[in-house]
Formats: sequence, C-alpha cells, structure tokens
Amino acid sequence: MKARAFTITVLALALILAPWAGVALAQDKAVFIPLLVYRTGPYAPSGIPLANGGADYFNLLNERDGGINGVKIVFEECETQYDTKQGVECYERLKNKNGGAVVVNPYSTGITYQLIPKAPVDKIVVHSMGYGMTASADGRWFPWIFNFPMTYWSQASAFVKYVGQQEGGTDKLKGKKIAHIYHNSPYGKEANPTLEELARRLGFELTLLAVDHPGQEQKATWLQVRRLNPDWIYISGWGVMNQVAVKEAAAHGMKMDHVIGNWWTGTEADVIPAGDAAKGYKSMAFHAAGANFKVHQEIFKHVYEKGKGAYGSDRSRVGEVLYNRFVINAMLDTEAIRSAMAKFGNKPLTGEQVRWGFENLNLTEKRLDELGMKGLLRPLKVTCENHEGNGMAAVQQWDGKQWKIVSDWIEPMREVVRPKLEAAAVEEAKKLGYTMRDCSKEK
Amino acid sequence: MIYREAGQFKTSYAADQAVFPIVQDRVVVGAFLALAFVLPPALAGEYWLQAVLIPFLVYAMAAVGLNLLTGYAGQVSLGTGGFMAVGAYAAFKLTTAFPGLNILLVFVLAGVIAAGVGIVFGLPSLRIKGFYLAVATLAAQFFLIWLFNKVAWFVNYAPSGTITAPPRTMLGVMVTGPEATAAARYVVALGLVVVFGMIAKNLVRGRVGRSWMAIRDRDIAAEIIGIRPLRTKLLAFAISSFYCGIAGSMLVFLFLGSAETQAFDINQSFLVLFMVIIGGLGSILGSFLGAAFIILMPIFLANVPHWLGLDISVALQKQIEVMIFGGLILFFLIVEPHGLARLWQIAKEKLRLWPFPH
Repeated sequence: MKARAFTITVLALALILAPWAGVALAQDKAVFIPLLVYRTGPYAPSGIPLANGGADYFNLLNERDGGINGVKIVFEECETQYDTKQGVECYERLKNKNGGAVVVNPYSTGITYQLIPKAPVDKIVVHSMGYGMTASADGRWFPWIFNFPMTYWSQASAFVKYVGQQEGGTDKLKGKKIAHIYHNSPYGKEANPTLEELARRLGFELTLLAVDHPGQEQKATWLQVRRLNPDWIYISGWGVMNQVAVKEAAAHGMKMDHVIGNWWTGTEADVIPAGDAAKGYKSMAFHAAGANFKVHQEIFKHVYEKGKGAYGSDRSRVGEVLYNRFVINAMLDTEAIRSAMAKFGNKPLTGEQVRWGFENLNLTEKRLDELGMKGLLRPLKVTCENHEGNGMAAVQQWDGKQWKIVSDWIEPMREVVRPKLEAAAVEEAKKLGYTMRDCSKEK
Repeated sequence: MIYREAGQFKTSYAADQAVFPIVQDRVVVGAFLALAFVLPPALAGEYWLQAVLIPFLVYAMAAVGLNLLTGYAGQVSLGTGGFMAVGAYAAFKLTTAFPGLNILLVFVLAGVIAAGVGIVFGLPSLRIKGFYLAVATLAAQFFLIWLFNKVAWFVNYAPSGTITAPPRTMLGVMVTGPEATAAARYVVALGLVVVFGMIAKNLVRGRVGRSWMAIRDRDIAAEIIGIRPLRTKLLAFAISSFYCGIAGSMLVFLFLGSAETQAFDINQSFLVLFMVIIGGLGSILGSFLGAAFIILMPIFLANVPHWLGLDISVALQKQIEVMIFGGLILFFLIVEPHGLARLWQIAKEKLRLWPFPH
C-alpha cells in the first residue's frame, strides 16, 4: 500500500518536473560549444581520451588567455554512449543553452548524419574532423558541414598510395590482395567506394569484410582473412572492435606491419591489450602522438597544475593519439572562431559568423608555432568549395611503447577522390532538396 | 466523489459496450487528447518535442504492436526491431520510388509490407511455442538487419548504407525532412498513434481480440471451441508487424530523419519488450505507460543533476542513471507484476471510493 502510494508519487513528480528539462540560464559574453562525448559503453576506450583532450584544451584557453580573444569558452558535455538516438537527444538539449551553440563535434558518423540536415536549420556548424559524410566536403552543397583536414575517401586513397610505395610503385599493386575489415555502419562503409574504385584502376583484388556492432566477436571474419591470406589489411574499426581486431590479427599470424588501421583504428587502447603481438601494427594518421609539444607543456602548466586537468593528477595519458586528436579538434574550432572574430569583432558570435570563420580558416605554419603545435599537424587551408581542406595523411607505427610517424606526408589521390566526391555531393544534396551555392559570390 | 458512475444508466447495447462507458472517462480522455494536439505544439520547445514526445509516440506505437502479439495473443517475439526496420526501409523505398505518393499512404503501405514479412516469420509459431518461438523470432531480427545491411538496393545504393527521409508535405505543410518543424512532425505522429491506438483498442475488445486471448490462455481449448490457430496466430503476427512497421517508418521519417540498420538492432526489440512487460501485458494503456517509462525515465534522470545544480561528471551520471533505471524496473516488477496499467486501474478503483474508503 505504502509502496504503491510512493510509486504514484514518483510518477506524478516525474510528470510535473519533466517539462523543466532544458531550461537553462543564458550566459552572456561567451562562446558555447556543446561536447557530445561517450565515456561509458563499448566505445568508452576511444571516447574517454577524446573527451579529456577537448576539455583540457578549452580549459587551457580559458585559464591562460581568458578564452578566445578574451571571450570565454563555455562547454558542456553530454553522454551519448556513441548511440545515435542519445546523441540527438543531447544535441537537442544543448543546442540552445548558454546563448546557443555555434559549433558541434559529434565524434560519431551516425550522429553526424543526423546533424547534417539540422545544421542549416539550427545555424550550427558541424565539424566532423576526419569522419562523417565524405560528400559533405563539397562546400557548395553543404555550407554548414566541415570535415577537414581530410575525408575517409582521401584517407583510403592515401592508404593505397602508401601500400603502393611499400610495394615499389602503384603499378606493382596489380594482383595484390587487400582486405578491408570494417565496422558494419555508415562509418565503416565510407571507405568502400574509394577502395573499389582504386581496385578497378590499379588492379588489386579487394575483399570487403564487415564486422557487426560492437565488434567483440570477429572469429568468423578472421577465419575468412586467413583463408584469403591478403597481402595488406585495412581496418576501419572503432571502440572495442579495434583491440579485438589487432589481437585477432596477431593471433592469426598476420604480418603486423602489413595491417594498417584507419586513423580511428590506431590508438593506445587498441594495441596495448594485444601486448607485444601488436608491435609493428600501423595506422593512418593526420597528426602526431605524444606529449612532447609545447601545447602539452602549456596544458600541464595552466590546467593540470591548477588541478583542473581532465585526468586529475594523472599526466601519463596526456598525449595519447585520441587525446591529441581532440586537442587539435578544439584548436581548429577555436581558430576558426578566431578567424571569424577578426572579421566580426571580439564578441560572442552567431552561428553564421562562425561558419564564415570555418570557411576562411587559414592555419599557417607560423600560427601553429604560436599555438605550440609545430610538428603536431600540418598547416591547413579551407575554402568555400573545399571543406576538406588540403590535409595530408601519414602512417604511424606502434613500437610497443608509443605511436611514431614512420612515413612522409602522403598527398591523397585528389584527382580520383574529388570527382567522385562532387558526384556524391549532388546525390546526397538532392535527397535533402538543397541547391548549389555559387562560391564566387561568397565573401 | 467526483469519479463515480452512479446515476449513469445505459439504455442501449451500444452505450454498454462503449470504449469508455463512464462519462468522466470520456470527458477526461477527450480533453487530454485535445490538449495533446494543441498544447505541446504551441508551448513546448523543440527539445521537448523532438527529443521527448516524438520518440515516446514512436515507441508507443511499437509497444502497442508488440502488445497485440505478446500480451494478447501470447506469442513472445524478439523480432520487433526487424519488423520496424522493414517498415522504415519499405517507406523509404516507396517514397523515393513514388515521390508523389501521400506520405500517410506511404506509412500505411510500409505497415502492410511489414505485415507480410510478419506473416512469413510468424509461420513457425504454429509449431513452436514460448521461449522457442522467441528464438525463432530472434532469427527474424538478425536476418532482416543482415538483409538491409547486405543488399544495397534497399538504401538506393547509398555508399554509407543510410536511409534519409526526403522532404514530403501533407496539406501543404512540410512533415518530413530537415525543414519540417518538430511541431508538424509531432502532430502527424500523434495523429497516427491516436488513430491506430483506437483501432487496436477496438480490435482487442472484439472477436479478433477475444480469439487471440483464447489462444493465449489455452490454445488447445481455443481450438476445440472453434478458433483456428493458423489464422488467429498469423493474424496476430500480421497486425502486430503492421504496427511495428508503421512505428519503424515513423522512427525514420518523423523522429530521426535518417537512420542505418543500427537504429533497429536487437536492443530495440528488447526495449519494446520491456515496455510491454513494464507497462502491462495485455493492455493498450500499458503500452503507452511502458513506452513513457522506458523513454522518458532515462531523459528525466539525465536531467535531474542539472535541475539540482549538481556538477558531476557525465560518466558517473550515466552510470548512476543506468543503476537507478534498472532499480526502478525491478521495483515496479516486484510491487506490481502486472505492470503500470494495473497500478492505474488500482488508482481508479481507489478514486471511486475516495474520500470515504470502507
């Protein structure tokens, strides 16, 4: 009897209180950046270093410079568990908070696909850095979506180029067997069209092997791999799938330096569980790993010494691949906002103004040096047509202790990727009923 | 005191058999529905509509569908996610192949296609029962998801394997696609749920529903009194899949806007099954209560720390949320194994006697 009364009370309370969800106090004089993170669930091994890198960099700017050009950065995390529905809920909950979000980094291709149609309506820039929908790199069709420094397709072409280099020229690829093991989701499938196209052009034999979410079970896939005995293996995985794939590759006696992950499949969390067997495993990268850069010293000094570090007092994980990735992501976001401020003034900006900043981002070597990121990544220039920028990829290798860049910067095969990308952009934009804008009229 | 039917005389069979025989019920439900159509679009913000109410309606639809099959006809199914996927992909294929087709018609046709698939996967129910049937429907779940993943025709050869709801209008108002306002999509979803909810309610009170319940309670006895198990069971699978199919197309067209097979994975089947169990097996109202509980409670719990002004990390918050949510499910199942619908019934009985209980 009492218990029932209690349940009824709880339900009634839930009904009364729920409408207050989403009510928040507006904060003036700040830039608001919502962070969709996943610190729990099967993707947490990837999500935690990412989330911490972002938080640390934003805190660094707030602590050291008082924000971007004196405008404070307000950021708030929301847990998505890498789940699309929860991601949408988070986005909706956060987008109007604190004066309105100006840029969102979904860190999930599934959530990016959800946000792409919303971006122009809500006037919030979507920056899917090195993931998301490849076709959205055509800025004429997708003004609000940015995926610089590189897309999945460019990345896959750089992978093939690297394999060609290793084999002694792309003409030597004829007859070679390449297997692509991918997460069975929009994310994992992204690289397939490019790999298929290149297989046609260069004459290598491509096998596509899907691994279903979340990827803990891959025995069948690797049996197929063993039967196939490919010369090279390319993996597009995420979360727990990566460590299982690396372990399986080692267990099946693959040559680890012929197994190359994409840049979401080459992190500390992916190789450490496999122990020594992972030594020699490679992955693509568009930035370096390690905490030896000036920006990390600044983070230690201004954030960790004040006790505000995302890892608490533990500094050992600062500089991990994914940590650096979100540091770079946060830097690119804030630099884009800074470039918008150069035009619109040092005040909280609207989504449209920030979008302009993204489109006119020109990150020079000199600026990277000032940011303490020299050598961490390459300079970058974004234009109205090209939201992918002019990024290049490199290959990094796990030496048992850390990730080291082992190749030169590889220019993706833009002549192959770009025409396909533009054709795909027309297709995708047609689905949404978009029209193409004229970039010569933008200023 | 206020909730008492004394003095309400029924003078015809129609009045006696009405869905809501008591005047107060009719008034309250009618007012509630009218308000549901008017108030949220006018007052609720986009978050409230988009992230809370629309998913609730979508899952309520799916829960009604599963409740018809599991709660009324007694056939345990773990294929809900698969049948929802059929509806979603069918709606996508239909509306891209025939852009002129009215979107409501597309939803209904998608439901019909899902019903057909449901019949096929319902065939094993004639031979196998209980947990074994659950395993058979599990096969449907995995097969269908695999099919949509594997065959690129279903996604119109999109390289990403994602289906996107194209912009479609209804009476001149944009109801799907990115430009459709949350309010418009909410009204359409609510309209569908109200119409098909009423149909379901009437279905279970009539001959069809009674034959389902007969099969559920004792299939041999039902057969002896002249109910044909083949037709009855397959009808249950068809109608249930029809509802799930519509729910699936609503999920993509009115809620998410675009989706991949991941959105219909096995977890969806479990989720809907939990809704039905917690809400109350064999109760239409229970489907709604269960959907509300499963969809709204996590969102409610996620927002509590913000209202209280607590600054705890999102990871800890999520874990606490999951623990409380699990605890609440246990609590409700122990306190009232017949589901939230039974609690509602008890509350109504109490209200009849209030304020002078015996």
